[in-house]
Amino acid sequence: MDKGKAVMGSGRRWAVEFTDNSTSPSSRDIPDPPGFTRGAHGQDESTVSKQKKDAEANWKAQKAWEVAQAPFKNLLMMGFMMWMSGSTVHLFSIGITFSALWQPINALRGVGKVFEPYKDNKVDLLAPKLAFIALNLVGLGLGVWKLNTLGLLPTHVSDWVSSLPPAQEVEFSGGGIPLH
Amino acid sequence: MNMAIRVFLLLLIIFSSMYPTLCIYEDQVGHMDWHQQYIGKVKHAVFHTQKAARKRVVVSTEENVVASLDLRRGEIFWRHVLGPKDVIDALDIALGKYVITLSSGGTILRAWNLPDGQMMWESTLSGSTPSMSLLSIPTNLKIGKDDVVFVYGSGCLYAVASIDGEVIWKKELTSEGVHIQQLIYPDGTDIIYAVGLAGLAQFDAYQINVKTGELLKHSSMVFPAGFSGDLSFITSDIAVTLDSTGSILVAVHFQDGEISFHQTQVSELGWDFSGPAVLLLTKLPGMFALEINKSIVFIKVTNEGKLEVVDKLGQSTAVSESLNLSEGQQAFGLIQRGDGKIILSVKLGSDWTSNLLQETIQMDYQRGNAHKVFINTYVRTDRSNGFRALIVMEDHSLFLLQQGEIVWSREDGLASITDVMASELPVEKDGVSVAKVEHNLFEWLKGHLLKLKGTLMIATPDDVAAIQKLRLQSSEKSKMTRDHNGFRKLLIVLTRAGKLFALHTGDGRIVWSLFLDSLRKSETCQNPRGLSLHQWQDPHHHVLDENPSVLVVGRCDHSTDSPGVLSVVDTYTGQERNHLGPTHSITRVIPLPFTDSAEQRLHLLLDVNRQAHLYPRTTEALDIFQRELGNIYWYSADVDKGILKGHAVQNNCILKIADSYCFNTRDLWSIILPSESEKIIATATRNLNEAVHTQAKVTSDQEVMYKYISKNLLFLATVAPKAVGPIGSVTPEESWLVVYVIDTVTGRILHRMTHHGSQGPVQAVFSENWVVYHYFNLKAHRYEMSVIEIYDQSRSDNKDILKLLLGKHNLTSPITAYSRPEVIAKSQSYFFTHSVKTLAVTSTAKGITSKQLLLGTIGDQVLALDKRFLDPRRTVNPTQAEKEEGIIPLTDSLPIIPQSYVTHALKVEGLRGIATVPAKLESTTLVFAYGVDLFFTRLAPSRTYDSLTEDFSYALLLITIAALVIAIFVTWIWSEKKELQEKWR
Repeated sequence: MDKGKAVMGSGRRWAVEFTDNSTSPSSRDIPDPPGFTRGAHGQDESTVSKQKKDAEANWKAQKAWEVAQAPFKNLLMMGFMMWMSGSTVHLFSIGITFSALWQPINALRGVGKVFEPYKDNKVDLLAPKLAFIALNLVGLGLGVWKLNTLGLLPTHVSDWVSSLPPAQEVEFSGGGIPLH
Repeated sequence: MNMAIRVFLLLLIIFSSMYPTLCIYEDQVGHMDWHQQYIGKVKHAVFHTQKAARKRVVVSTEENVVASLDLRRGEIFWRHVLGPKDVIDALDIALGKYVITLSSGGTILRAWNLPDGQMMWESTLSGSTPSMSLLSIPTNLKIGKDDVVFVYGSGCLYAVASIDGEVIWKKELTSEGVHIQQLIYPDGTDIIYAVGLAGLAQFDAYQINVKTGELLKHSSMVFPAGFSGDLSFITSDIAVTLDSTGSILVAVHFQDGEISFHQTQVSELGWDFSGPAVLLLTKLPGMFALEINKSIVFIKVTNEGKLEVVDKLGQSTAVSESLNLSEGQQAFGLIQRGDGKIILSVKLGSDWTSNLLQETIQMDYQRGNAHKVFINTYVRTDRSNGFRALIVMEDHSLFLLQQGEIVWSREDGLASITDVMASELPVEKDGVSVAKVEHNLFEWLKGHLLKLKGTLMIATPDDVAAIQKLRLQSSEKSKMTRDHNGFRKLLIVLTRAGKLFALHTGDGRIVWSLFLDSLRKSETCQNPRGLSLHQWQDPHHHVLDENPSVLVVGRCDHSTDSPGVLSVVDTYTGQERNHLGPTHSITRVIPLPFTDSAEQRLHLLLDVNRQAHLYPRTTEALDIFQRELGNIYWYSADVDKGILKGHAVQNNCILKIADSYCFNTRDLWSIILPSESEKIIATATRNLNEAVHTQAKVTSDQEVMYKYISKNLLFLATVAPKAVGPIGSVTPEESWLVVYVIDTVTGRILHRMTHHGSQGPVQAVFSENWVVYHYFNLKAHRYEMSVIEIYDQSRSDNKDILKLLLGKHNLTSPITAYSRPEVIAKSQSYFFTHSVKTLAVTSTAKGITSKQLLLGTIGDQVLALDKRFLDPRRTVNPTQAEKEEGIIPLTDSLPIIPQSYVTHALKVEGLRGIATVPAKLESTTLVFAYGVDLFFTRLAPSRTYDSLTEDFSYALLLITIAALVIAIFVTWIWSEKKELQEKWR
């Protein structure tokens, strides 16, 4: 079934690629035809390819910044939802709070993956990454703050002593009115 | 979002399927509760068998109950429980349709309708001097048109019309301090004789005209040697009594106002009698009975006034009153005790040697001796007289004997429970047979299908009946093994008769009963009495193969210095393990918080000389005790002197015989209450077994209040000495109630408060760090309930979270009362509508569940009241946060919610106490209310949050799951097919 789907999805049975941009001969099984030098071809077209590469890098950097700023929108939406859910503990507010906590954590765990497509030697991904992390941390902070306003964080004395058993007594005393 | 809604709906369904158990539905009655009705030890019995469609016997008992019992099965036709002070003195049937009772020292005369027990009339016969109360109902006497009843009470003789209770005439007979002992009315005459003694030295006889009440003749004669007190009447003109030394029998003839004495030495009677004689109050034809030297001697009085010994029987003989037979003869019944049986003989008054009837009946040894016997006759098919006998045994049980067999029996000893203790059942053994399981499975499925039908409202009336029956007769609840939830237990109860019963909590049946030998009347122990029950051994961990046992503490006589008796009874088997006594006197029993290696609890028993005796008497127990000696204190409250004293256990006693288990005590502190202004009327302490979950109470603003939880606290209530009497006997100005909370180790008064214009009776209950008490406010003319909560201020500065986080705090380290922690008490009072007979509080296994107060109301019901209503932090306008915490807005009176009557529509007549036992399931507590009736139920003060209710339909759940699974498969296959079709298109 998968196979069928793949075929249907691609929409064609076969194809031939005429352009060949590869630089290393080792990647191909077939040796280059005689008289064809790969290096000379590259030198000829070097200016064109360089321009192309620059454009790509720029595009990648732009995209990376876009991705880095994505949590900001999320943050605003989360804030609005939190404000809507109120400060009492019930199903809705707990659900929102936990999603507010879960999303940033999940995002932080996948930082590398998010920026994978924009990886390039020429693109400096550090700044977008830092921005992304910072924004997510803000989101996490928001979630924790919400958790605290719901009273679910053990920040009070009562959270630590509420289940303390009564202290043992050293002395024992009994007695009373005589049995009659 | 969709997911959230789904989860929410699911939770909603789960929560809505858990019912609140605060109130129950009509069809749940009897599901987890049971109710048993008793009457108590029978004092008087009158048979009503002639011309009656339903043969019955009317009885009055020591629990002040008048009841009509079915003579065929022993069931109660009707029953009335009179007040605790309304003691019934006499009982008879008048006009063949009214039961006449004379009660309250001969001042209240009532007539009850025989068929249905409705009260027909009530007369109050006021008199001045307390006296014996006598009732005489002549069979055929009319004054004017009315049939009359003669009553002697409070020194006056009354003739009362039996139809409406109106007093026809009244004659005062108190002159010269005469105590009338008998009313004699010879049938068909116009004269009634009132016979009695004056000052134990003079015999008096009055002759009174029955029509007018006019005194016809008063004759008296002095007997210089003095009488012993009681008169025994032989015939209508002869009485017999003893002189003051108990060695001379005096026969008094008082015919027609002529009095003559005939003296006979007891020793002259022929048999070698020695020792003082005691006259037994019998009503035998021409005979009387004496108790000499622990045997009963029957003496006949001949026509010439001579005395003749007819027989000598053992002490355990019971004799009935004489019964008129048809031919003018009189018969009486005798019960003698044999080995494991009793012998009933009925004799004619004129002939001792032969028996009209002699029957031997097997009787359990646990019943003791026969105390009373009442006989009744019926005409057999061959026209001879048959007899039936109603006998009252030593354990207060009631039997009807007829034709040599026990027709029915009643366990009326259970009407007088004095102490209750719960005990676990044995653990279930492995290896249940497969067949049994299969049967159970089938039954289980069937039951659940029926329930499902009921839930889906498709059950027929027959099905509904079957469901109800299944619920009530669930075999699960009456099993003899421990259950997972801890609902099945044994209630060990001690009755006033000194008998122990084990009742099953599932259905209330008697599992075993034991009439302790040490609490039976014996030569060394004349009037034995059970005092209290204590948990002796409660195996939990390493000694599970041992059976649990209870300690029964008793006393040989009524005074506090009489010797005590102890016995240890195994609660699984109902066998006495060992016993001790008569030994030293017992005034207080202190269960110590230590157990030995066999998990036997150490007990300290205090005697009159304030010496402490340690039990169990083993060296191991002694070692444990010696180690803890310095920390063991005890206190005594002397109600008469108004002194509260604290004592410490010191060194071994100096006795003639060295006893290493006996310790001297020394006084440490004393609180002397001013006798002119305060008198102790109530005390309350915490239950030693009470579990407390936490020491902290968290308020709405996340702050913590530390409860002052100590087992050594005593609540003490005193009133002005004038205000000890009943409500209304004092003005509000001269009445006050003072309450104390006292630490009994150091004698420190933690809290003292005065309620001006209030008086007792005070009922109080102490739990955790709070006391609730109930009293009467004279100024407001209403009952009030107050609560005191005690908090520990010295702990409130534990506020550093880091320290708490690292566990660097001293909140759980052992504390001593000598550190004098600073405490504050909060208090609040509320009006309450009912007067309260007894107060109790629910107790659960871990103490997490919120508490409910159980109030035994004056109407003999048990009312549950949430502790939240008695919270000193209640204010008129609580903040939102406080409301969320569960604080109820303050109102001046406590609400009575009709649904929270634990006893629902039933009454626990003569309610005396409520015992609560924690179940293993934290949410649930078992409640046992006892009085003349018994009632048991289980309560969940915060609803059953930790289990599904028994009504939960597992079948419905299973069917729903199965349907869902099927639906998933069907839809999957369906979608597959559809997809395939899409592809082929």
